[in-house]
Amino acid sequence: MEATEEKKEPDTKRVHTYPLIRHSDMNDEMKTEAMELCVTACEKFANNNENAAKMIKDTMDKKFGASWHAVVGEGYGFEITHEVKNLLYMFFGGNVAICVWKCS
Amino acid sequence: MPAKAVPKAKQVPERQRRITRGRDGDDMTEVGDGTDADDWTQTKTLVKPEDQLDLNDLELKEEFTRILTANNPHAPQNIVRYSFKERQYKHTSSVDQLAVHFALDGNMLHKDSDEARRQRQKMGLSDAADGDVPLASAQPSEQALNEGAEEKAAAEAAQGEDSGEKGELGEGEAGAGTPLPKEGAASGGKKLTNQFNYSERASQTYNNPYRDRTTATEPPPRASFSSNATQWEIYDAYTEDFEKQEKTKEKKVVPGRKEEEKTRKKLAITETSGDDISRVGTAAKIVERMVNQNTFDDIAQDFKYYEDTSDEYREMEGTILPLWRFSYEKAKKLAVTSLCWNPTYKDLFAASYGSYDFMKQGNGLIVFYTLKNPSFPESAYETDSGVMCLDIHPDHPYQVAAGFYDGSVAVFNTVERKDGPVHRCTAKNGKHTDPVWQVRWQKDDADNNMNFFSVSSDGRVVHWTIVKNEMIFQDVIQLTLSDGPAEGPDGIKVPTTGCGTAFDFHKQKDYLFLVGTEEGKVHVCSKAYTSHFIDTMDAHNMAVYKVAWNHYHPKIFCTCSADWNVKIWENGGKPTDNAEPTSKKPLFCFDLNNSVGDVAWAPYSSTVFAAVTADGKVYVYDLNINKYEPLCEQMVAQKKKTKLTHIEFNPTYPIIIVGDDRGNVTSLKLSPNLRKIPKEKKGQPAMDTAQRLEFENTKLTKILSMVREQPDVTK
Repeated sequence: MEATEEKKEPDTKRVHTYPLIRHSDMNDEMKTEAMELCVTACEKFANNNENAAKMIKDTMDKKFGASWHAVVGEGYGFEITHEVKNLLYMFFGGNVAICVWKCS
Repeated sequence: MPAKAVPKAKQVPERQRRITRGRDGDDMTEVGDGTDADDWTQTKTLVKPEDQLDLNDLELKEEFTRILTANNPHAPQNIVRYSFKERQYKHTSSVDQLAVHFALDGNMLHKDSDEARRQRQKMGLSDAADGDVPLASAQPSEQALNEGAEEKAAAEAAQGEDSGEKGELGEGEAGAGTPLPKEGAASGGKKLTNQFNYSERASQTYNNPYRDRTTATEPPPRASFSSNATQWEIYDAYTEDFEKQEKTKEKKVVPGRKEEEKTRKKLAITETSGDDISRVGTAAKIVERMVNQNTFDDIAQDFKYYEDTSDEYREMEGTILPLWRFSYEKAKKLAVTSLCWNPTYKDLFAASYGSYDFMKQGNGLIVFYTLKNPSFPESAYETDSGVMCLDIHPDHPYQVAAGFYDGSVAVFNTVERKDGPVHRCTAKNGKHTDPVWQVRWQKDDADNNMNFFSVSSDGRVVHWTIVKNEMIFQDVIQLTLSDGPAEGPDGIKVPTTGCGTAFDFHKQKDYLFLVGTEEGKVHVCSKAYTSHFIDTMDAHNMAVYKVAWNHYHPKIFCTCSADWNVKIWENGGKPTDNAEPTSKKPLFCFDLNNSVGDVAWAPYSSTVFAAVTADGKVYVYDLNINKYEPLCEQMVAQKKKTKLTHIEFNPTYPIIIVGDDRGNVTSLKLSPNLRKIPKEKKGQPAMDTAQRLEFENTKLTKILSMVREQPDVTK
């Protein structure tokens, strides 16, 4: 019994770290770019969500025009208004939720 | 050099003379120059030298022609010199052609040179005062010449003061560039004139005032989004996604093939969707036929079930019932020139359209109609020339041969090409020179090549063979002109002219065929003889429009003609006994009181035939029932003047189609009396084809025997 449970354990508690897009209305090109950016930012600043968010925001401003907003965190609720086709809400690393949107 | 001295001495006075003359000229030009330079700013004032001659107009107009040549006219040509070497005088050919007309030493001096200084002293000028004039030059001898110029300069000076600025500006240049030598002493205080005199003018245009205009674009659309990011939500999302991935992996056990199939399907869909109309083509056709079936429901019912009950009460009469009428917009003004049922599809027939009117030839049409859709043709070919005849191949029902008014023949393939003929002969390969009146497919030849015959007014019967991609022609018979009486001592009358209008091939004997001509003759011909007729008869007085073998009896055929008659003949009754006129006389002769356009034997009986006339009537005869009168004589044409041109029996259904000269094709149902076939005796199986053939043959023979005996009896 124990052995079987042990076998099941790692399977169920398997940690997924790949980036998972939860919600997005961007076009594909923008989406992949933004997603890759979030991944690099979170990997670079694994222990500092503020810096990661700052990096995401700055880079997005440069690439897609001003007034981007970014939220990086493990637990938060939010209600935002964004310009259509400019929202990305994704999970990464199994515990971080990233929300990027544009609104001027 | 005493010899050389002589000519030089001669030349000197000449030169002097020229110089003086040149000076006069110079004088003139100098004055001219002075005026020319300022001529664009000031009014021209002519200054005359004092010694100028006063000439009246006439004298002024007199022309002095002078020709300048490079040769010196005064140079001697006979110069002789003494040659010490040869001790004799010798003629020298080289003559000095140079003549100096004018020479003037320069009168400019450098101001620092001694001579200039001396000159200045002589004239009492100081160096300082002369500073403004960089080049001063004067020669007493020249003063007289420059007098005019001086005056001019003085006048300019007065003006120059007005525009002092300009004068000063241009002074440096003017001083250096002045072509005229100025007299420093006299013009020391004078301003030098600027030849490049110009003025500047400025003006300010009106500046348009600025105006602001603003507009606001619509702000980019926005949406709100809200969510809650918690660890458990993130975890759930991941597991859900993972499960989904697992599932897709399972599905992708044979991923390659499935994806391929998917893409293929997609491709197929896109391909078909690319051609929307063709995709709905079949469906549309079915719907169209359904609509037609509903619209013409009563006619369809008649076609299938209606039998004229009154036939039961009369033996000798029958009726025909009009069913569908086929017309096509493009064929409205054309005449139906031939009709042909499709051998495979019993409801499908082809009609060719052209014009019989020599004066009104135009385009032609080949149209395929089906009984299932009387409102619109199944397909149509438009041609540049009127189509006069067509025939559908009995074994390949998609092959259609057609003959045109321009003499060409063509083969259409209804499956392969929807726009035009597959083959068409040209003037190069055997085209007829007159309208082709009939074409007829033959059995495939030994090499399985399709082949057909055509007959035309040009007197040729041509055999066409389709070999691969070309049509090969071969003249089978030439209905040539020849002197009839001279030909045959045995009395065979050879036709005087040959304009084929119709032909028909024997049902059983492949080689035997009949040709009807415009002169009313009918020739019995064989494919084996190209210049010889087996038999000839003076069938009609006018053009033969149709010859047709009986479907059952091998010797019987009928002809129709513009001379109002339909005649039935027996071929080769007594071929050896040519003097006997029986073979030249018809067995039956029916006068239909109008030009007979077409005649056709019924496929179901050996004794029934139908004919159409130019007054719009259809006649149906059954010799078995009445040998003299038609069972049915019925007006079919819609309008009074419409001529009926052709008729054809459907091979299976009891209907006929009739074409008229206004592009209409009418289908008609034959009443039971018109299609009597032997009754099946109870308890006996139906007759097979051989029995049927025999029965029909005996039936006809019986009638014929009665007719045949008659003339003998009368005689």
